[in-house]
Amino acid sequence: MSSPSLSANPLLSTWLDFDTPGRVTAHMGKSELGQGVDTVMVQVVADTLGVDAARIDIKAPDTATGPDENFTAGSLSVPHSGTALLLAAANARQLFLAAAREHLGNSDVTLEDGTFRSADGSINYWDLNVDTHVEIDADIPLPPSSGTIGSSLSRIDLEAKITGQPSYLSDVRLPNMAYGRVIRPAFRGAVGVDINREEFLQRPGVVDVVVDGAFLAVIADTEIVAIETAAELGTTAEWRGEPSDLTDDGVCGFLTTVETDETLLAEGEGVHVEAATHSAQYSRPFIAHASIGPATALAHFDGTVLEVWSHTQGVYPLRRDLARALNMDEADVRVRHFQGAGCYGHNPADDAAFDAAYLALRVPNRPVHVTWTREDELGWGPFGPAMVVYISAATDDDGRITAWSWDGFGNGHSSRPSTLPTPSLLGYSHLSNKPAIPPSGDPPLAAGAGTGRNSIPGYDIPSVRALAHRALEMPVRASAMRSLGAHMNVFAIESHIDDLARQHGIDPLEYRLEHSSDPRARAVIETVAAQAGWGTPVAEDRGRGIGYARYKGLGAWCAVVAEVEAIEEVRVTGLWIAVDCGRVINPDGVENQIEGGALQSLSWTLKERVRFSNGVVTSNTWEDYPIVTFCEVPPVHTTIIDRPEEKWLGAGEASMGPTAAAIGNAIADALGVRVRDLPITSDAIVAAMGD
Amino acid sequence: MSETFTVVVNGVQRSIDADPSTALLWALRDAWGLTGTRFGCGAGSCGACTVWVDGVPTHSCDTPLWSVAGKDVTTVEGLTEQGPHPVQEALIAHQAGQCGYCLSGIVMRSAAAVDEARAAGKPLAEDDVRQCLDGHLCRCGAHNRIVRAIVEASEG
Repeated sequence: MSSPSLSANPLLSTWLDFDTPGRVTAHMGKSELGQGVDTVMVQVVADTLGVDAARIDIKAPDTATGPDENFTAGSLSVPHSGTALLLAAANARQLFLAAAREHLGNSDVTLEDGTFRSADGSINYWDLNVDTHVEIDADIPLPPSSGTIGSSLSRIDLEAKITGQPSYLSDVRLPNMAYGRVIRPAFRGAVGVDINREEFLQRPGVVDVVVDGAFLAVIADTEIVAIETAAELGTTAEWRGEPSDLTDDGVCGFLTTVETDETLLAEGEGVHVEAATHSAQYSRPFIAHASIGPATALAHFDGTVLEVWSHTQGVYPLRRDLARALNMDEADVRVRHFQGAGCYGHNPADDAAFDAAYLALRVPNRPVHVTWTREDELGWGPFGPAMVVYISAATDDDGRITAWSWDGFGNGHSSRPSTLPTPSLLGYSHLSNKPAIPPSGDPPLAAGAGTGRNSIPGYDIPSVRALAHRALEMPVRASAMRSLGAHMNVFAIESHIDDLARQHGIDPLEYRLEHSSDPRARAVIETVAAQAGWGTPVAEDRGRGIGYARYKGLGAWCAVVAEVEAIEEVRVTGLWIAVDCGRVINPDGVENQIEGGALQSLSWTLKERVRFSNGVVTSNTWEDYPIVTFCEVPPVHTTIIDRPEEKWLGAGEASMGPTAAAIGNAIADALGVRVRDLPITSDAIVAAMGD
Repeated sequence: MSETFTVVVNGVQRSIDADPSTALLWALRDAWGLTGTRFGCGAGSCGACTVWVDGVPTHSCDTPLWSVAGKDVTTVEGLTEQGPHPVQEALIAHQAGQCGYCLSGIVMRSAAAVDEARAAGKPLAEDDVRQCLDGHLCRCGAHNRIVRAIVEASEG
């Protein structure tokens, strides 16, 4: 077995410690984002060590004490951290077992809840003296599972959240803490700001007013004073600079004409123009993360060391970017993860961390707590990139696809900390004479690509060409959002496949199966079809559609069937999902992630669009950026195909693309109208009717 | 201009010197240390900050202090004082949440509805719960679990 997390952190003592009697601490490098990863890791460690799950404590990522696992991203926490902790625990168990045998003078030893027993006596993990500063053997035989892996252990963190206990970084209160608020520029392109700083400094409770270029902030003794002062600063500030003139209406044209660099992802010949059976363009707008809790951070500077608490996806990359942005040694910066509201990708958590860090340097020996406003969360955080995709397919007389071409245009899908030539922290980019955030990049194909994620159809097609065109200018800041390009690409591919099936008079399900030789692909497709009653008649004004993809071409297999009702407006009336993510650690957790991903994708697909004009994001309230509501959520029926003998794969992003596709295909089935530009609003349907 | 406001929070009299327009949410979180009530939007649009004012579910983020002076406010901490409310027990049993940030507001909204339903002996239907929560946003997609849990709680 292997895991990049393990290669980067080979010592057993980095992952597990037995320092507290009766307890085992697992040190995480991946962050609990609301997805339940901590609970899953408890299961892996408990099962493998042979101790009760209740004895396992999770130590959140921390650059001072924990492993460097880069980012919590790409549905890789289970494959990477899960495998590392599995191997760490297996190594620990073997070492302690050997020590127990020696101590007990008997090789016939059993293990139950951390206690080794022989006919001669017993001893537990905590009373044995074992050196864990050893390299983990990745080829170690694994102990038999006790069944903790594979059970639906309850989330270790959920009860505290449901009962309102302090759970989130926003709830942390430290002695002598100050509160910061950053007032963002009135428009993108601002380079400076004029305010009456002296007047604000006179106010009771105001500690400092910070102005540097277009970075404006207040530090106050209480959160109430910080909020009220920030609001007044916002109304009196006069911003200097030239706003950009781009509007979101023009984004498709912008992305297909701006300077780009090209990455060839599939080298087949693709489709010759004259041979094309069906060609079409698809698009999606910029999409917001829209977490229910705005970004928060906490920082403290003791004169030498800057400690930053953040709900970041990567404590080590954030430390690197903070160090270069603040011109400090990395060794003098410590970043600790602390849970925030739900995270679905590169949201403003890292930006808030910079804000708090920058302000903490102004008031040494005083913790500074920063919370963003709702308007900034929706208006200034990184967005999931807009995309334009052009697909062309050729078929033979029987409808069999012979060649396929995909061209994807858009900004790169990552401007994560420390991945770009200069820091990608919002506040830093607003300081005087600091560079703007560079255009975002794309992960390589081996890591699943970005714009090109799932651009290569998961079907048997002899010749596939896929060319990603990464835009070198960003209309608004783009970065990683759950499933990256897969949401758009699977929607586009599966819409195209459905159109081809209909062109040839073949049932869309049959058509997919005819092009699928992968047995695990066929299994999810056939399972979901059976669950959803595919082939049975649908009521008038209703439609049924299917979508399928294997996430990244190397992750979980997922197929979705959607039913919609289209009378005055489109309503999704049901979703059926089948997923195969290999060996399942926590079935309830997988179901929760798959269903949650599907409903978030439903929201993106039918409702969401970031609006901007003249350098201002105008969709910065829930009224202007609506997401799916309780009344709009359909029943979801999820079937997990557990494969205990297979590798475990992540489940967090697998349902995004197939759900979007299934909904689009169901709408086409109901109305006979193919909407290719997301979101599929009533206006978009009317516009597509004219096509 | 600052004034002194007194509010009875979870049965305890609390005071604060603040501008009358200051939102109840920030008095709870900042002055009185009751962080179980979450900040989501500041505009009464997402429901994360829901508390009871004289027993009625109310968005604390756009409720000014002047309007609650002398009134009884119950937060999620107060609701949980004698142990979890049936709604909370059901949410835990159904593992109804992912990040959980929306849940304390949802608890306060639905606990009022569930108390009423149980008193009347009329359990809530799924649609009743969806209507009840339609002003509450959940980004993780845990809606269906939340609805099922609350229906179950209303059945007593």
